[in-house]
Amino acid sequence: MATASYPPDLKYHEEHDWARIEGETATFGITWYAQDQLGELVFFDPPAVGATVRRGDPYAEVESVKAVSDVIAPLSGEVVEVNEALASGPEAINDDPYDGGWMVKVRLSDVSEVESLMDAAAYEDSLT
Amino acid sequence: MSRYTSATEDDRRAMLVAIGAASIDELFADVPEAVRLGRPLDLPAGKPEQEVFGYLRDLASLNVSAEDEISFLGAGMYDHYVPSLVDSIIGRSEFLTPYTPYQPEISQGGLQVMFEYQTAISELTGLPVSNASVYEGPSALAAAGYLAKLHQPSRTRFLVSRGVHPHSRETLASTSVGWGTTIEELGLAGGATDAEALAEAVSDDVSAVFLQYPNFLGAVEDLEALVPAAKAAGALVVVACDPLALGILRPPGDVGVDVAVGEGQTLGNRLDFGGPSFGFFAAQQAYMRRMPGRIAGETTDVDGRRGFVLTLQTREQHIRREKATHNICTAQALNALAGVIYLSWLGREGLVELGELLLQRTAYARETLAAVEGIEPLHDQPVVREFAVRLDADVERVIERCAVDGVNPGYPLGRDYPEHQDGLLVALTEQRSKADIDRLAASLRSAVREVVPA
Amino acid sequence: MSATESELHADPGVERDQPEADRSVRLTETAQQRDRARTIYEKSQPGRRAFVAPELDVPRRDDLLPERFRRTEPARLPEIAEPEIVRHYNRLSKRNFDLDTGFYPLGSCTMKHNPKLHERVAALPGNARLHPLQHPRRAQGALRLMWELQHALGEVAGLPHVSLQPSAGSHGELAGVLLTRAYHEDRGEHRTKVLTPDTAHGTNPATVTMAGFEVVKVGTNDRGGVDVDDLKAKAGDDVACLMLTNPNTLGLFDPAIEEIAHVVHDAGATLYYDGANLNAVMGRTRPGDMGFDIVHFNLHKTFTQPHGGGGPGAGPIAVSELIEPYIPRPQVVRGEPHNGGPSAFELDFDRPKSIGRLRGFQGNYGVFVRSYAYILSLGADGLQEASETAVLNANYLMARLAETAGEHLPVAYERTCMHEFVLTGGPMKKALGIRTLDLAKRLLDFGFHPPTVYFPLLVDEALLIEPTETETRETLDAFAEVVGEILAEAADDPEAARSAPYTTPVRRLDEAGAAKRPVIRQAL
Repeated sequence: MATASYPPDLKYHEEHDWARIEGETATFGITWYAQDQLGELVFFDPPAVGATVRRGDPYAEVESVKAVSDVIAPLSGEVVEVNEALASGPEAINDDPYDGGWMVKVRLSDVSEVESLMDAAAYEDSLT
Repeated sequence: MSRYTSATEDDRRAMLVAIGAASIDELFADVPEAVRLGRPLDLPAGKPEQEVFGYLRDLASLNVSAEDEISFLGAGMYDHYVPSLVDSIIGRSEFLTPYTPYQPEISQGGLQVMFEYQTAISELTGLPVSNASVYEGPSALAAAGYLAKLHQPSRTRFLVSRGVHPHSRETLASTSVGWGTTIEELGLAGGATDAEALAEAVSDDVSAVFLQYPNFLGAVEDLEALVPAAKAAGALVVVACDPLALGILRPPGDVGVDVAVGEGQTLGNRLDFGGPSFGFFAAQQAYMRRMPGRIAGETTDVDGRRGFVLTLQTREQHIRREKATHNICTAQALNALAGVIYLSWLGREGLVELGELLLQRTAYARETLAAVEGIEPLHDQPVVREFAVRLDADVERVIERCAVDGVNPGYPLGRDYPEHQDGLLVALTEQRSKADIDRLAASLRSAVREVVPA
Repeated sequence: MSATESELHADPGVERDQPEADRSVRLTETAQQRDRARTIYEKSQPGRRAFVAPELDVPRRDDLLPERFRRTEPARLPEIAEPEIVRHYNRLSKRNFDLDTGFYPLGSCTMKHNPKLHERVAALPGNARLHPLQHPRRAQGALRLMWELQHALGEVAGLPHVSLQPSAGSHGELAGVLLTRAYHEDRGEHRTKVLTPDTAHGTNPATVTMAGFEVVKVGTNDRGGVDVDDLKAKAGDDVACLMLTNPNTLGLFDPAIEEIAHVVHDAGATLYYDGANLNAVMGRTRPGDMGFDIVHFNLHKTFTQPHGGGGPGAGPIAVSELIEPYIPRPQVVRGEPHNGGPSAFELDFDRPKSIGRLRGFQGNYGVFVRSYAYILSLGADGLQEASETAVLNANYLMARLAETAGEHLPVAYERTCMHEFVLTGGPMKKALGIRTLDLAKRLLDFGFHPPTVYFPLLVDEALLIEPTETETRETLDAFAEVVGEILAEAADDPEAARSAPYTTPVRRLDEAGAAKRPVIRQAL
């Protein structure tokens, strides 16, 4: 994805992760800014389905050719689905970070945590 | 001015001016007074090349090498014939003197060699993934232990066959001291790993089972009988292999082994009093991202040309740092090059022929020695290139007596196996002919007769 | 993504070996570039061979191995005769840049000249064909050489006891941290952490984890030295060791080393010296005198074992009296003379507190022979001269680069450097739009190996430059001038560096593709 974008319907965490809230579950991924910083991604190391994730803690890793980065969970819960397509196509995270590049779906353990996330405007401001 | 620097007085003067310093001492000003040496190093002064050569030549002449005796000494390193083309190729500046290929555009020679080497090791072991070398055999086994530990951190038991080389067992113990793992030994029965003992010992807290193939006593372990019990318990199976023997033995990858490691010295490298040689490390696909060491991969350049690069580098210490799969940086690239040249020289047919030759001569040697009074086989397992016998005489003194005949009959097993104080480990290479074997038998016959029992 | 076999051949979507399609490429390709990479497997033909097996001179038996123990298919090694093997590897060799051909200012690597005498002595049959388990009485030349080398290294380090066993720097580091563990356990102390500076080479933290400790990072101050306040805060009684190198990976000597040693020893921890940068200080100062307890040497750096494209090397260690009981087994010692004869050199296995062995046999003896030849050749005077000239050359090159490139590639720290120095490519990136990576790739077109890039991590767009003592002033001038030329070119035409190199056997490679779809063996 060539130009920065931060969809308004998502919530954002300061460690450059987004969450799409769908009632009791949420989908997570990394933001345009994050994938731009990391460069071309070559590998996504996901958590297992059933794993617990905690807000602010790493739950997965992404790799570019010369670097490894932790992916931080914006909210807490249990992993119910992992994006299998990333195994053969990690570049989807660069090309389509909010849709094809989604990483995990999580059943939230504490929906009130959503209030601590930023909206798109606040997150974009924080980047300058 | 020493032999290898070019800085003359003129050079120094001009350089100090450009730097803006009055003297070399000024460049060392940051070194606190209290830690300055303040005297020359207490070593002899430098010497001309011919004096250095003379001194080292004289030292080397004090050594009795395989050049000076007929040697049946093995136990992990073997006096094979190294073909001349290995020397002429690895002596080339372009292979001898470059650094690690971190700039791939000008390192295609070294990177393609690694790719060809990885392919050869994969072929020998029957495992799809090989790295570009580790240091040597015993530390390769320890590295496999580290992989097992990282792979299943909650499992803490290592089961290690007594047939694994004593140096490998000790290296695993020393290296793993901070891993929270324990090591239990699997005993031998009749010279091979006791399959019942393995089946009893294995459980779901076993991280890895370590075997050697052929084992230290020369016996070909029955991997098909040993591996399933370990796999059923979810343990990794690590086998240390003799790469030449793999020319005729069933490859470990074919019988469910997870990781195959080994000492590569017999592939195109000399004895060199124990090193440098190389260790090989190969594994099943599932462990690719847990592999230690460098791996070369194929790719293309911007113009579409085929090329090779170091790949999967995120496993390694310079990127992954404290979470790296291993701390290894410098490995044994030049020795691995010698290895792949050697395997290309032997070739598909040659490796098999060499294996068959070793098999036949080893059998002949074992038979011939068994016919000598006071000598009997220590076990009757199938052997490929090395076997163990019992002597009715003090083994170390027999070895001294044989030295007088210009024969080195082998390794005294009692040094590592208290239960085999009377044991001698005899190794064959293609350089030991029938005539040599007959000479060995004659020398041992005399020695055993003359030396009193232990 | 999980494929390992050479699928590139099968993948029709990849335009391989078809640069003819682009006319400008086709006409300007060098001969090297046109020479397409073919592996030795691709040059195989059934029935060709190099090896001639000796005649079977013993009676053949058919009952020696159960069928199920035997391979059913031979390993698919190449089938090729000697002339083609030689041609294959010779042609491959010409696709390598090497130290005998050109300048290699790789920081942290000490790419000094590899003397040709060393190959001659290593090849002496008394060395090359000596079995490691030969009786010590019949290996006195080898044991004596090792013992004398131990002594010489001990003198250079300023520590009395040396083990030659470790096979590389990392292996020496592992030995050092395991020694630390043994030392503390023997005193009844169970410590869990090891400190490393944030400028540390990656092998340091990787080693700490392998030895079963937790890594704690110590900060660097704005003069490029250890942040001693941060060290004091972190040097608690759960710390086993501080791993340092001095000069550090920024090429700077830390003048606070005495205080650092004091803090570490007060906390009851050991001080470990990573010898990668030893080339800066031989004969001038010694790690033992600086307060270090354990030192590792890189014989393939300071003591000029040829790098071989990635090894072999050796990583011997020197330790203080306090640590001596724990050193690896066996140790080469000089025995007592008996019966009025000369003393014999022996392998001492009787070391009850030893950490044990970390590899087979005695270590990389072939490397010891070469390094000892070097020490004999240079002697006390030559070793000191080597370090002094290394420091002189580095400061000179730093001054010349300040002239030719200082505006865009300033030094990271305004200090006298030791044997290496760091520049930052940050201003270059901003002003000229090219990165350190691009400069490195463009240098390849000018016949230079680039410096170390993007290390240490602390410096933005880092260039770590170590010329070593064996380079002439003219070579250093030429390098400084070429860097200036490349920057001038970038001011007009940044794309030139961004798409470099142009004249190497291959141009920039798709490393991302190689990582996403690893092809790490030939499909056969």
